[in-house]
Amino acid sequence: MKAGSDATMMLRTPFHARVAAACELNDWGTWKGYTTPRAYTDMELEYFAIRSTAGVFDLSPMNKYRITGPDAQACLNRMVTRDVSRIGVGRVGYTVWCNDAGQVMDDGTLFHLGENDYRLCAFARAIDWLHWCALGFDVSIVDESDEVAALAVQGPTSCATLLAMGLEGLEQLKPFGLTHFSFEGETLMVSRTGFTGDLGYELWIAPRQAELLWDRLFAAGEPYLIKPFGSDALDLARIEAGFLQAGVDFVPAESAVRSGRSRSPFELGLAWLVSMDKPVFNGRRALQREQAQGSRYRFALLDVDGNKPAHHSFILSRGGKVGTVTSAAWCPTAKSNVAFAQLEMPHGAVGEELVAEIYYQRELQWTRVLAPCRVIGSPVFNPPRRRAVPPGAF
Amino acid sequence: MTERHDVIVVGAGHNGLVCASYLARAGRKVLVVEAGDSPGGAAATREFAPGYSVSGCAQWVYQLHPGVSRDLELERHGLQWAARDLASVLLDSRGCHLTLSGALIESDQLSGDDREAWRAFHDRTGRYARLLARVFESRPPKLVESNLADRLTLLRLGLGLKLLGRDDMSDLMRIVLTNMYDLMEEYFDSPQLKAVLSFDSVLGARMGPRTPGTVFGYLYRRLGENFGYNGVAQVKGGMGALGQAMAASARVRGVELRLGCRVSSIDSVDGRAAGVTLASGEQLRAALVVSSADPVTTFKGLVGFRHMETGMARRVSQVRCEGIAARLHLALDGLPRFTGLDGARLGQRLVIAPDMNYLERAFNAVKYREYSPHPALDISIPTVNDPAGAPAGCHVLSAIVQFAPYGPPGGWDGPSAVAGLSHREHFTALVLDKIAEYAPGIKEQVVASQLLTPVDLERDYGMTGGHWHHLELSLDQVMMMRPFPGATQYASGLDGLYLCGAGAHPGGGVMGLAGKNAAREILRRGAAA
Ligand SMILES: Cc1cc2nc3c(=O)[nH]c(=O)nc-3n(C[C@H](O)[C@H](O)[C@H](O)COP(=O)(O)OP(=O)(O)OC[C@H]3O[C@@H](n4cnc5c(N)ncnc54)[C@H](O)[C@@H]3O)c2cc1C
Repeated sequence: MKAGSDATMMLRTPFHARVAAACELNDWGTWKGYTTPRAYTDMELEYFAIRSTAGVFDLSPMNKYRITGPDAQACLNRMVTRDVSRIGVGRVGYTVWCNDAGQVMDDGTLFHLGENDYRLCAFARAIDWLHWCALGFDVSIVDESDEVAALAVQGPTSCATLLAMGLEGLEQLKPFGLTHFSFEGETLMVSRTGFTGDLGYELWIAPRQAELLWDRLFAAGEPYLIKPFGSDALDLARIEAGFLQAGVDFVPAESAVRSGRSRSPFELGLAWLVSMDKPVFNGRRALQREQAQGSRYRFALLDVDGNKPAHHSFILSRGGKVGTVTSAAWCPTAKSNVAFAQLEMPHGAVGEELVAEIYYQRELQWTRVLAPCRVIGSPVFNPPRRRAVPPGAF
Repeated sequence: MTERHDVIVVGAGHNGLVCASYLARAGRKVLVVEAGDSPGGAAATREFAPGYSVSGCAQWVYQLHPGVSRDLELERHGLQWAARDLASVLLDSRGCHLTLSGALIESDQLSGDDREAWRAFHDRTGRYARLLARVFESRPPKLVESNLADRLTLLRLGLGLKLLGRDDMSDLMRIVLTNMYDLMEEYFDSPQLKAVLSFDSVLGARMGPRTPGTVFGYLYRRLGENFGYNGVAQVKGGMGALGQAMAASARVRGVELRLGCRVSSIDSVDGRAAGVTLASGEQLRAALVVSSADPVTTFKGLVGFRHMETGMARRVSQVRCEGIAARLHLALDGLPRFTGLDGARLGQRLVIAPDMNYLERAFNAVKYREYSPHPALDISIPTVNDPAGAPAGCHVLSAIVQFAPYGPPGGWDGPSAVAGLSHREHFTALVLDKIAEYAPGIKEQVVASQLLTPVDLERDYGMTGGHWHHLELSLDQVMMMRPFPGATQYASGLDGLYLCGAGAHPGGGVMGLAGKNAAREILRRGAAA
């Protein structure tokens, strides 16, 4: 960065010039040292772009690690809870990874780019942990966070937009699949992934072609009402889709200072990500013990009466506190008031009736409501278009 | 692939044999698999020149636990002493030696004040060593989730501390964390006395007298007083004879011993140790595997990092196990003559470490992978007490030499600063020069010599780093932190795998308690082991 009057400590993503031009509100937040918009124009309009047309999110600050070498698969399989051998080449898997105590350190997506060639996208910095995990394995680990720029294109018209941009055959890409196109002398990788629970794609490109990609995308998307969106709209979409956010819905285990504040995958409702039949993986011994002895907590999706989001609420059962809310939102598309809660066992079975103690403020006046709520079994937003191949025209 | 044994013990070092014997005595079917050709591990006798043999690695017995000797009936199985209760003689080049034998000091130089201070110091530290000895006779307590047995151990430690009395207790708490140098300065004036005591505090450790934790090293050295030793002892036939006696005892109890079989991996099934694979490819199965090999060999070499969880691999990769003690064996054509030392004292333990700064400087060098031209030595002339080790009229002089770096630049066979000499040759010459300062005619008497650097010890005795204690005996690697947090009480972090060697609590030296305690722990756990 050149020293100058606009010099700032914040890092800028490869899309920054375009993002800044579009960011009318100048509502900047920070993400891993990068300056990124919380909202561009209007958070709700941005959210509705995701759900009704197409929204674009700059996810370049995401930590990206390349793991290659003869033992790449074996090494990752020992690191994460999922059975990596079942994620085929050209596929992407969502997973978590634990420390030896069976506590979740982070979640992320694992891209199987080729034989023993993977990219791991992680919420938290993971280079040191990856290196520790590499002990005894013949692998090479490269932090390519700065070498790969990325955009998420999410929403019903995302496929049509990308087809219009010239990504021929993209409609055949299955959810969690990835494919490559050539783009102005660079390889453009496209994966059918995202954090919104909608039809959507993520585009991965070398930083030097980032701005051109943005321009082509918005030109192609204009008839499809494409719109950039910030982290606030993303947050609303992911809550509606039932996705956990590291650092919000759980404390990454190795950064938890206080004992007992971290959570196991079982306690986060992520048992489906854990392959206990793998002979060894980080946390297995502890998770086996947890299976035998029982978990301390249970993750619950709550459907809360009324329209007041249960931000940071206590969850009560028969007047006693049994848990707290980590994420909450009134979800406009599903038209339901959703909260993610951490409940003490044995609470949290689907169907259980509980009470959310909600505090909210109207014109400086704080009000407390005791809103009945119940544990629901699946996320409130899960449209068929998310899975359809081809996704269909919208 | 059959499961003919309940337990497979990796390594027939003395601790492996002790552990196997106790397990067999309790009715377990035990197989011991040893890479080397003879039992005893670092307690070994080797021929190093035609007709000359010597205790190749460990040379003195001074803390072998009496309960172990008794339970294994070692004397019935052939253990004989060539000498016991030998004094330590701190050599002086002009012949004014200081002789320390138990609580007694002989010296022309010592002031009355020093003698009085010595009595107080010796009594006090003796009480501390007694407390340690008691704590070492059982498994280390776990600090978290402690159960009744652990509470009792802690209670014993606490009670022991209490029984020491308030003054002693606060004094112990103070000194155990400090360094020997400061403590010596606090008590004594005599450079010789300070030197001989601090030599014992750093022997085998990658530490100089000024290193924190050396007082613990000194107390550890004093354990033997509680085990019936008043000074060091010499085994007839060398340390290998002790290994043989232990092996004989183990066999009588039904232990099967296979020598010359290297274990190439400890295998697990469904996250639990289930047996071993030998270098020959043969696979052996058992309900439990107990390793007396050092923790790095065990976890990194035999289990393999990829078969354990990352946190544990990380711990193992971080332990300190670089040895700094070398061995020099000299074949002599006659009895050496040391200035001012009468023949009777030649069979004692001879120490070259003129003062504490000398020791500290010798240690400084290894920090930079160098060796000092002025090393410190723990010398034995075993053929004085046991002539069988050399042809008639000839003798063996054998020394533990500190400090030798694990790897000088270019390796021990690489070129040294002296043209034409490898590091190995140069260091050998320096040590010989040093001995010659005290025994002027010695160079002419040498007919053969062998230098074993930490790298050689690592190779010949199968100990990573060639470390005396397998793992440094520093305060962060003792008691419940030994070998590392998460693997304690002889369990290993891999179900079904236990540790019983010097790398486990309480630590190294030919003592037998690691082996005994491990067996007790396995038996205590019964079916849950
Ligand atoms: C230079 C030096 C001098 C010392 N001097 C003294 C002394 O004078 N007095 C004293 O009391 N102590 C001394 N010690 C310390 C003492 O020798 C050790 O602490 C002690 O012998 C350790 O015994 P152990 O049974 O725990 O392990 P070891 O004796 O090391 O036994 C481990 C055994 O495992 C075997 N093994 C390793 N890997 C495999 C494998 N893959 N397959 C099969 N077998 C395997 C090895 O061959 C070895 O036999 C000295 C140490 C050193 C390095």
